[in-house]
Amino acid sequence: MTPAAPLEARQLRPVGPLVIAIEDVTKLYEMGEETIHALRGVSLSIHRNEYLAIMGPSGSGKSTLMNMLGCLDTPTSGRYEFNGNDVASMVDDELADIRNREIGFVFQTFNLLPRSDALRNVELPLIYAGISPHERRERARQALENVGLGNRVHHKPNELSGGQRQRVAIARALVNRPSIILADEPTGNLDSKTGVEILALFEDLYEQGNTLIVVTHEESVARNARRIIRLHDGLIASDGPVN
Amino acid sequence: MGRILYEFTEAIRIAMAQIRANKMRSTLTALGVVIGIVAVTLMGTAIRGIDIGFNNSLAMLGNDVLHVEKWPWITGEDWWKYVNRPVITPEEAVRLSRIIDATQNSELELAVYVHGRESAVKAGALSISGVYIFGTTGEYGRVLTADFTEGRMFNDAENDTARQVCVLGCDVAQALFPGRSPMGATVIVQGQPFTVIGTLAKQGSFLGLFSFDSQMIMPLSAYRKYFGVREGNPEIQVKVRDRTRMTEAADELTGDMRRVRAQVPGEPDNFTINTSDAFKEKLDPIKKGIALAGLFVTGLSLFVGAIGIMNITFVSVRERTKEIGTRKALGARRRTILLQFLIEAVSICVVGGAIGLALTYVMCIGVKAAMPAFPLEFSVSLILVSVLVSISTGILSGFIPAWGASRLDPVVALRYE
Repeated sequence: MTPAAPLEARQLRPVGPLVIAIEDVTKLYEMGEETIHALRGVSLSIHRNEYLAIMGPSGSGKSTLMNMLGCLDTPTSGRYEFNGNDVASMVDDELADIRNREIGFVFQTFNLLPRSDALRNVELPLIYAGISPHERRERARQALENVGLGNRVHHKPNELSGGQRQRVAIARALVNRPSIILADEPTGNLDSKTGVEILALFEDLYEQGNTLIVVTHEESVARNARRIIRLHDGLIASDGPVN
Repeated sequence: MGRILYEFTEAIRIAMAQIRANKMRSTLTALGVVIGIVAVTLMGTAIRGIDIGFNNSLAMLGNDVLHVEKWPWITGEDWWKYVNRPVITPEEAVRLSRIIDATQNSELELAVYVHGRESAVKAGALSISGVYIFGTTGEYGRVLTADFTEGRMFNDAENDTARQVCVLGCDVAQALFPGRSPMGATVIVQGQPFTVIGTLAKQGSFLGLFSFDSQMIMPLSAYRKYFGVREGNPEIQVKVRDRTRMTEAADELTGDMRRVRAQVPGEPDNFTINTSDAFKEKLDPIKKGIALAGLFVTGLSLFVGAIGIMNITFVSVRERTKEIGTRKALGARRRTILLQFLIEAVSICVVGGAIGLALTYVMCIGVKAAMPAFPLEFSVSLILVSVLVSISTGILSGFIPAWGASRLDPVVALRYE
């Protein structure tokens, strides 16, 4: 893949080694009598330290590709390697482990546990990683400080604003030091001002050396990335740097 | 290892938070388990109580006494096998005693003839009915399991001369002579006066049916003189030397009794040797049947409680489908989700079980205070059993919904609203 060309105002960091390699991936869904071809043969590579946006109208296969990239789903055919691991042939629990170690999810609806405070929410991936309670607590606190919520660690989600909730979710995504951060419409439930703040946070994360994949249908959100993949009818319509 | 431990503690924390957050729902669900556990444990205490009462009663009969009788204590539909047997007589007891004395290293100690029936007993203006009156010889004092509160057993001389003296059971003495000693007083039975020469200490009742304290002992000669020999139940009570060799003793007694009756080889025994052990053996299957039936019926109420748990776990899984999706996305394995919902179900069951057990305990104390004779026995094993039952109820009823939750597709679960 050709790395995106630098824009004047923004820094473009050199890309690192290959993280995701997808080759001719298809996905079929059986909906009663009908077979839906969600993906019809998609190939793409993602390197460490990229900032990538995936765009496309609904029904374009955008969600399916995101689920695939997030190791929530496996392809019907084709090859998918994540850090050299063959994801396509993995079973449920292996996928769970790779999600835990390699992927940080940021959801449109934040998906925080309502009855747990911010710290508990951020600790969650570390519990599944088998980290000791003391270390968990420290790392979760650190992650919350990194997103500017060091003074909100014991607030429950309903005591936080939308932007703060999304920051907790981002801290949770970062806490296990994943290879990629996968954000699904991260600003979709936020007002525009808060949305801008979140995108600024993404920019910081990118500059700190994180790999970001943002799935969105908003051009303005996508243009913050360095590379945009546009999907149409289950195929990649275009893949190139932001200009 | 660490991971499983952390998942486990996390699951317990979630379960507690879940119960706190849905207090009403959890309480109602736990109530089903509470009722189930109360029913089952109460049944358990009753079964244990019956068992203990039964064993106490058997001890009262005399653990080391063989009863030679016409009828077995428990007959089925084969009564016609026994009805034509000869009646036990005092002479047979005398001959049996002689044989026992003549036998070297006999397992048997002595044989005493006892003949009894029910009758009313009066003293002054007071009267009680249904007293078991029996005549026997002075040697009966050696077979008797109860102690004397006052006085003594009559002796052979009093028996030989048909003296009208008697020994009263505890209840009879108290009913006829409230607050004073009956020693030397006169009681009237069937119009005949008897002088009280002794009273027995309290023994209790046999299975709550037959009270050993409601009895009166008199010399056999006097009994035969006034009450005749046709009515009532005659038997020979034989005391055994060694309590642990009851079977050998019974075998010896059978041989001796056949000699007394001059039965030819091959002829079936025309008497029965009753022992409290044999009684126990006969009654044990009945007791077990009652226990099983009781536990089955009360178990049904626990089953209803279990259905409640299963239902609430289904609801909980459905409500938190999106949460399950999130947890799976963050790296929860199937096992993690399964554990989470199982522990939730088990927690409600254990809380319900603990409350149920406490209620049972309180009820036991209450019942014991109100009706001391009612057989209820609370025990440590009961606590262990009900904790185990609660946990297994939780696991069994929570398993299907929890299993379903653990196998949810994360993509589908995340999209669930």
